[in-house]
Amino acid sequence: MSSAAASAAADARLSPERVLTVRDLRAYYRTNFFGMSREVRAVDGVSLHVDRDEIYGLAGESSCGKTTLIKTIVRAIRPPLDVVGGSVAFHFAGRERDIYAMSREELQSIRWRHLSYILQGSMNVLNPVRRVRQSFVDFSHRHIGKPMPEFLRLIEDHLDRVRLPPTVLDAYPHELSGGMRQRVTIALASVCRPDFIVADEPTTALDVVVQRDVLAMLREVQREIRSSMILVTHDIGVHANVTDRLGIMYAGRLVEEGPTGDVIRNPRHPYTSHLVTSLPRIGDVTPKRGLEGAPPNLAAPPEGCRFHPRCPLAIGTCRAEAPPMVDVAPGHRVACWVTAAPTAATVQ
Amino acid sequence: MLTTVRDLFRYNREFRIGALLTAFIVAFAALSFASPYPPQDTFVVPPDVPPSAAYWFGTTSRGQDVFWQLTFAIRNTMLFGLCVAILSRMISIAIGMWSGYKGGFVDRVLMSINDTFIVIPLFPLLVLFYFVMRDKMSWPLLALAMACLGWSYDARLIRSVAMSLKSREFTQQSVFSGMRTREIVLQEHLPYVLPIVFYTTMNNMNWSIGLEVTLSVLGFTNIDTPTIGVMIYWANQHTAMVAGIWWWIFFPVLFVVVLFIGLFLLAISMNEYIDPRSRLARMGGMRE
Amino acid sequence: MSAAGSPPLLDVDHVGMTYSVGGFFRRRGVRAVDDVSLRLEAGKPEILAIIGESGSGKTTLARMILNLATPTHGAIRFLGNDVTRIRTNRDRMAFMRQVQPIFQNPFEAFNPLKRIDRYLFVSARRFAGARAVVDVQAKADESLRQVGLSLTEVRGRYPHELSGGQLQRIAIARALVSSPSLIVADEPVSMVDASLRMSIVNLFKALRDELRVSIIYITHDLATAYYISDRVLIMQRGNVVESGDARAVLDHPQHPYSILLKSAVLSPEDVDAPKKLVGAAGFSPAIAISNVE
Repeated sequence: MSSAAASAAADARLSPERVLTVRDLRAYYRTNFFGMSREVRAVDGVSLHVDRDEIYGLAGESSCGKTTLIKTIVRAIRPPLDVVGGSVAFHFAGRERDIYAMSREELQSIRWRHLSYILQGSMNVLNPVRRVRQSFVDFSHRHIGKPMPEFLRLIEDHLDRVRLPPTVLDAYPHELSGGMRQRVTIALASVCRPDFIVADEPTTALDVVVQRDVLAMLREVQREIRSSMILVTHDIGVHANVTDRLGIMYAGRLVEEGPTGDVIRNPRHPYTSHLVTSLPRIGDVTPKRGLEGAPPNLAAPPEGCRFHPRCPLAIGTCRAEAPPMVDVAPGHRVACWVTAAPTAATVQ
Repeated sequence: MLTTVRDLFRYNREFRIGALLTAFIVAFAALSFASPYPPQDTFVVPPDVPPSAAYWFGTTSRGQDVFWQLTFAIRNTMLFGLCVAILSRMISIAIGMWSGYKGGFVDRVLMSINDTFIVIPLFPLLVLFYFVMRDKMSWPLLALAMACLGWSYDARLIRSVAMSLKSREFTQQSVFSGMRTREIVLQEHLPYVLPIVFYTTMNNMNWSIGLEVTLSVLGFTNIDTPTIGVMIYWANQHTAMVAGIWWWIFFPVLFVVVLFIGLFLLAISMNEYIDPRSRLARMGGMRE
Repeated sequence: MSAAGSPPLLDVDHVGMTYSVGGFFRRRGVRAVDDVSLRLEAGKPEILAIIGESGSGKTTLARMILNLATPTHGAIRFLGNDVTRIRTNRDRMAFMRQVQPIFQNPFEAFNPLKRIDRYLFVSARRFAGARAVVDVQAKADESLRQVGLSLTEVRGRYPHELSGGQLQRIAIARALVSSPSLIVADEPVSMVDASLRMSIVNLFKALRDELRVSIIYITHDLATAYYISDRVLIMQRGNVVESGDARAVLDHPQHPYSILLKSAVLSPEDVDAPKKLVGAAGFSPAIAISNVE
């Protein structure tokens, strides 16, 4: 325990503005049904951190564990999902808090005020039988604590600053278009000016044109309230335009992480290079190829490096042992035996 | 199939209890073939004897052994319920799936007929049926009548499943693979409909048994063949409760309640197992 | 140019689909598809991309071409025959033999409770005339090989055992069993993982080049449309706003909507020059508050 505290203190000295620290997090789905048991290792040893006023992007395909990681970070887990190891610590208002050590009341008090989320289905958040104004009241009045007229003026102010027309407040969710609803959800998540916002595929279901405007709003909101954000999406194009740092997940593990520009311009992990270069662009007719194989089944993942069955560079060690995360440039780390072989100095 | 039953028995408490209760009743009913007395005979044993070592469930005022009467009664009641359930399932599946898949005019016509049947007051109709049939009233006839009346709720249920299946992409895939409508409905859609069918079979059995008991108690059926309801009818005729012959009513009621509970538990536990969604979740587990 | 007198493979002639919404007193017509025309020549296989967002009418158009919906205006002719006049079972089968669909969701494309090879075998029996079990299996295997799989890999498997990419490839194999001349693919790769997407897209190219199948490729993704199509049609709210050679249209779009679409595409290259995400004029008209319109 003391070594963890010491390393936490060390981290604090290095980056006094750190808002989220995730250490070696493991979260598995364990099911036991009619005598058959299954353990799906959705998140298997993920460590990352997010600083203040920074947008951290998480990229990966389906079943890489990124949604489970998000759920685990905000403690929105229910059986059969269980945290089996590691820790998630937030730094709000000067104090480090382990989210799994908090009581019910503490959790209630930080939710929405310090930690809020934007989900993929906006209809899941907005109450379909109440007007939008009522949703704002339901979610945030308790945290802001001002009398109602003042609170309502505050909301209108907030909408004005994020350039949403105030008429939105009188509407029912189904009267708004998908893009509009999603922007209302963003306004809702940011009205209390939380320290941390988690956005899980906020624009995936939207049209391309609408997506651009929703992302614009997201970035503006973040700049305005200077919160930290984790943005989860499989679309690298979105990451290139919005995020500051980028983490690539594959089969429950982080395989590469670094400043977005670095990761996209100089991808070191073979999976990242494939993600970045394989999709076609307008103006480019060079042949592209898909990867062989398919993302692994997380109930029985491959031994060693989980990418090795599909990796064009795989060598013997890859099949036997999982590679550690190694620094290849300031702030840029990669887990690969071939492109980032660890030495004593660089191993994390 | 056997592994399914074995798994259910081992892991699902409802199924275990339901299966045991129903098995008990079935075994009891099977004893009727070993009965020393033909069911219709009266005054074969001393009347009005309370439960004792010689007569476990006592005897009736008509001089019949309650134990052996009950074996016939529960057998006939169960068979009746089963017949009604099976016949009415056949009608509701046929109508529900045809209506759901075809849609349009066919759907509208069938559902109008369906809704008419739902609102028909069953009980007065069956009583009327009895009065019309009188002496020609028999159990098969009653079963047929009830089957023709008891399909409408479930037909609608099945229809809604069929309608949702029609709009799923794999139905189009089947069409473009060249499958005929009959094949699609029977092979692709029926597995989704079966869980509902199974559950409603149990439900329907309970319903028909309940209705039969009601009718028999009031004397609106063939009172010569012993069923649970008929036993209670005769008990009422001989004012058994007032005369203190409680065992004549108690044991039939107890057994029919046990049958109800057993069937109900079977229904809800099997449903959880057969339901396609949970079946898929299990399939995922099995391969690993 | 096709030989004089031979009918085009597909002739969509000023087709429209209007349906009415509203209650008893206030019925309005909604034009899902409004005066769309396109033509595919027989004997000249090509990939035609129909690009549009949701509500553009592209899916409705696809359904009409597949004869799953009837146009309220105009006509659709396949090899000269009006598609809406198909009545008998035999005509329907003859049509389906030539025109096959690929759907968007590979996980929904097959019945989760049934084995996948079933669809291939039924197609082989009904469309390829195979009778004996050996022939049926051989035909299924042949189609699977055309998409890079084989019967041994697929036999006896259920859909949940396979990845989205494999499922979509099997769906394509099934469509190929009847040796169709036209495949209508509705967003075939939007639900397939990024790492598997290109193998499917490349497969479409191979279908056109080696198997001489024409493909109508419906998508909202301009990049893949650029990569494989010969011609594009850009649709907005039921109308075709721009059409022509794929590279020409997508390199230099003319219509304001096409320009808007192209500028909204986000790609990893933007990391060198991030797009100005903030719309200068505020918000695009596409996301105004909608009132059941």
